[in-house]
Amino acid sequence: MTKKKRRLYMLGLALLGLGAATALTLTAFQDNIVFFYSPSQLQTQQVGERNFRLGGLVEQGSVRKLTDGVTTEFRVTDTAHTIDVRYRGQLPDLFREGQGVVAEGKLSGGVFVAREVLAKHDENYMPPEVSEALKQAGVYKKPAPNNTDAKTAANAAPTNAPPAATKKE
Amino acid sequence: MHRFANPARFLRLSTLLLPWSAGATVVLLIVGLYLSLFGSPPDYQQGDTVRIMYIHVPAAWMSLFVYTNMAAAAAAGLVWKHPLADLFAKAAAPIGAGFTLVCLVTGSLWGAPMWGTWWVWDARLTSVLILFFLYLGYMALVNAFDDPQRGTRAGNVLLLVGIVNVPIIKFSVDWWNTLHQPSSVIKMGGPSIDSSMLIPLLVMAGAFTSYFIAVVILRLRTEIAHRKIQTLRFSVAGDGATG
Repeated sequence: MTKKKRRLYMLGLALLGLGAATALTLTAFQDNIVFFYSPSQLQTQQVGERNFRLGGLVEQGSVRKLTDGVTTEFRVTDTAHTIDVRYRGQLPDLFREGQGVVAEGKLSGGVFVAREVLAKHDENYMPPEVSEALKQAGVYKKPAPNNTDAKTAANAAPTNAPPAATKKE
Repeated sequence: MHRFANPARFLRLSTLLLPWSAGATVVLLIVGLYLSLFGSPPDYQQGDTVRIMYIHVPAAWMSLFVYTNMAAAAAAGLVWKHPLADLFAKAAAPIGAGFTLVCLVTGSLWGAPMWGTWWVWDARLTSVLILFFLYLGYMALVNAFDDPQRGTRAGNVLLLVGIVNVPIIKFSVDWWNTLHQPSSVIKMGGPSIDSSMLIPLLVMAGAFTSYFIAVVILRLRTEIAHRKIQTLRFSVAGDGATG
């Protein structure tokens, strides 16, 4: 074996080892890398009193402004489970019903009290006319479900989530 | 590939390529900026803010593309000891770091109005920040040794170790829950972006790529010239000492 060949094999082996080590580490830290929990995951996950992030879709027709003018109540859903959220403060531009949202806060008495609400946007980009045309043709899909739905459903599955978490598309 | 590793042949080829890539950069950038700012529609959800994408996404692609090329060059440098491969990684590093910085800054500017935050520590954003630090670390490491050869070797090893971050960045949005949305262009089932927005995006990506080619050629030629001067100085000094 020539010197060059040996170096090439060594390099290949080293990269293979490195890749395997990284894959193992990331798998081990799977739960810590997750940015938010879905309502379904919360059914099985013990979160207690600590702060965490809740992610899902803002349920259609659930947004309600309270009379004090700064508090908003809405429900976050992943189509299988739903959680009530209360938030006092300014909402981001993209916050709307049917859109993805990530809220940080904690549970108190079954209601998720958010300190911060972030809007999630999806991977679909189109001009308004196209979205109108799609709506009229009846093929329009609600924004965001692809990511939030499918993934949270998949994530919830190994933790004995009820089989109700089905993918819509 | 070995044919192009010869510095003299590279110099001839680059003389041919440089005006074309520089010209392509100017033309594509003018067309691309016009299309992104005036010739494309606002987004149905994000309105005009979506135009940040035409800078942000090509910069993100380039940050990965440049790094992958540098890592390939580092492998060639370590295995076949090609001097030109080492020089390429060195020449490309600041350009790649620049693209990564542009990606991070425009992403932050985009996140503030749309997500409601400048920065979050989700898997995508964090792994891109690590990529930026890899670029900076490589540049610092290469220059940290008195013997430039040792610096290059250490830098090459760092580049190859850092390559694990590239698939992590690309697939972070699929593997974990992130605030950042999944890919729109390179994904299963075709792009989920309307063609009226995809075309300006691809033109801008072309502009960024030709910019990279032009600047990396310029920087490589400078590096080669620098090496030549050093060798000449060295031999003159050697002659003086022996004669």
